[in-house]
Amino acid sequence: MTTTPESSELTEEEKDTVGLGNPPVLADPKDTVLSGRGLIKTFGRVVGLDGVDVDLFPGEVLSVIGDNGAGKSTLIKALTGALIPDSGQVYVEGQEVHFRSPQDARGAGIETVYQTLAVAPALDISANMFLGRERRRSGPLGSVLRMLDKKGMKEAAGQSMANLGIATVQNMGQAVETLSGGQRQAVAVARAATFATKFVVLDEPTAALGVKETGQVLNLIQQIKEKGMPVILISHNMPNVFEVSDRIHIARLGGCAGVITPRSHTPTEAVAIMTGATTLEKG
Amino acid sequence: MTTTVEPQAPHTAAEQFALRQQSPLQRIQHALHSHPSISPLLVLIISVIAFTIINPRFIQPATIGIILQQVSVIAALAIGQTLVILTAGIDLSVGAIAILSSLLMANLAAKNGVPGILAILIGIAAGVIAGAINGALVTRLKLPPFIVTLGTLSIFTAIALLYSGGQQVGRRQMPASLLWAGQPIFIGPLRITTGVIIVAIMAVIVAFILAQTSWGRHVYAVGDDAEASRLVGIRVDRVLFSVYTVAGLIYGITGWVQIGRSGTASPNAIVDANLDSITAVVIGGTSLFGGRGTIVGTILGALIVGVFRIGLSLAGVDDQWRLFATGVLVILAVSIDQWIRKVKA
Repeated sequence: MTTTPESSELTEEEKDTVGLGNPPVLADPKDTVLSGRGLIKTFGRVVGLDGVDVDLFPGEVLSVIGDNGAGKSTLIKALTGALIPDSGQVYVEGQEVHFRSPQDARGAGIETVYQTLAVAPALDISANMFLGRERRRSGPLGSVLRMLDKKGMKEAAGQSMANLGIATVQNMGQAVETLSGGQRQAVAVARAATFATKFVVLDEPTAALGVKETGQVLNLIQQIKEKGMPVILISHNMPNVFEVSDRIHIARLGGCAGVITPRSHTPTEAVAIMTGATTLEKG
Repeated sequence: MTTTVEPQAPHTAAEQFALRQQSPLQRIQHALHSHPSISPLLVLIISVIAFTIINPRFIQPATIGIILQQVSVIAALAIGQTLVILTAGIDLSVGAIAILSSLLMANLAAKNGVPGILAILIGIAAGVIAGAINGALVTRLKLPPFIVTLGTLSIFTAIALLYSGGQQVGRRQMPASLLWAGQPIFIGPLRITTGVIIVAIMAVIVAFILAQTSWGRHVYAVGDDAEASRLVGIRVDRVLFSVYTVAGLIYGITGWVQIGRSGTASPNAIVDANLDSITAVVIGGTSLFGGRGTIVGTILGALIVGVFRIGLSLAGVDDQWRLFATGVLVILAVSIDQWIRKVKA
């Protein structure tokens, strides 16, 4: 808890480039929403994470890109409790945490949206939104009979959807299977945005979607960011990443090939760094 | 950073197409999708009207009372079966557990001198344990429910036969409490039994829990998409284990109702219970693929089978035609389920 990484004393020059470069200039975990330090995860002889450092700053969208097997999913899983790192520390708002399961991370206010459309199709929007954390009615109907507050949950679900500008879906009692793929993912993203208190992780949220639906989800990411909620986006799709990100963490061979911004580099350069065709110079 | 506010674009051709008037068939599909109990309700109403036209004796209170009594045991087992099928499972050990429970309570009371009420409670507890064993095998060993309950069907039947020596326990050997579910009750001219009331109360309680509580919602979610449920933090194994255990409780209580209904506890009772309970659940509109269905539908499904049995016999038709009609209804019900699954917004 007491040991903070060596980066706590930054030079004037480094203060302008904090969070960027190769290796990235690290911030003090007290100033970040999430920090990973020296994360190592091996699977037998396969190295999943080779001592990765990562920072997520308040109010930003951080994208994690990388080739298949570069370790981006492993990194996210190690940060959100889906995997337990062999070594290294994870800090949430400066406090070291030890997530043992995704439930632990959720309990700490971290919500994850998965690539697979993680909604139950036959249940309605409101039920999916509150799945696993249903609200009960007040009074003995809730405490003794354990009745659900269906009306309250429907209203709250409608409110969250409206807050994110999802106006195409009106009826919260509509079964999710009657929605399009993009609308279903919107429900999952809205759920994450509603219940997250620290940050939202979106794991390839547009991989299964068409162009127009992808646009809807990117819009949602902007909306979440505007509400001040930080987002980690894992994606293969360079145009998407460059459209919404503040910073881009490039995973490569279990490590980090550098952190760039959409202003400092072009998508082509990002792909080159990602594949190892070029390396990001120090500084 | 630019915020993209979508302008109110005029509808594209595809959106215009999506907004077109629905055909009557699509409306029916939508109605059935949101209210899956409609189809069994219609089948029940139409068959009651048809059988009454064929033979007016059908609608008499005496006939209706007999139907309710005949249906009670299968309906009770089907309530437990509904819970299991909602989780995309299947329970082939329903009858075996009910018989094991009934033989245990009857033998304890008749041969070991255990007080009636205590014997009933022990018998029901055996049902709970048997259900918990099913649940443990499904969740711990990750075996398909079909295989687990196919195995426990034989195991529980064997235990019941070994324990009872294959002997039935007669009416005179049992205390009144064991036979209480056979007590007649008159509602106006309608003669039913306390057993029918017990089953009705179980149906109301389970229907309430499924529709109104978190646990009920989780049962649907697990059957609908177990992976999505796990990802939102539902403890899927716990839900499954509890479903099989609660089903065991319901089968145990049904064992007691069965003693009242037949006046004996016999290892040869309710031999067709497994398939009959699944038939009632399926005709009632519950999907064998999980996540979709209601207790109301199941009760309607059980009633439809009962109505066909008495109706066809009153119509002077050979009983084999009831079997034939049940088969047609099952295939029809699953076809309708497949069709309403394809509903689009």
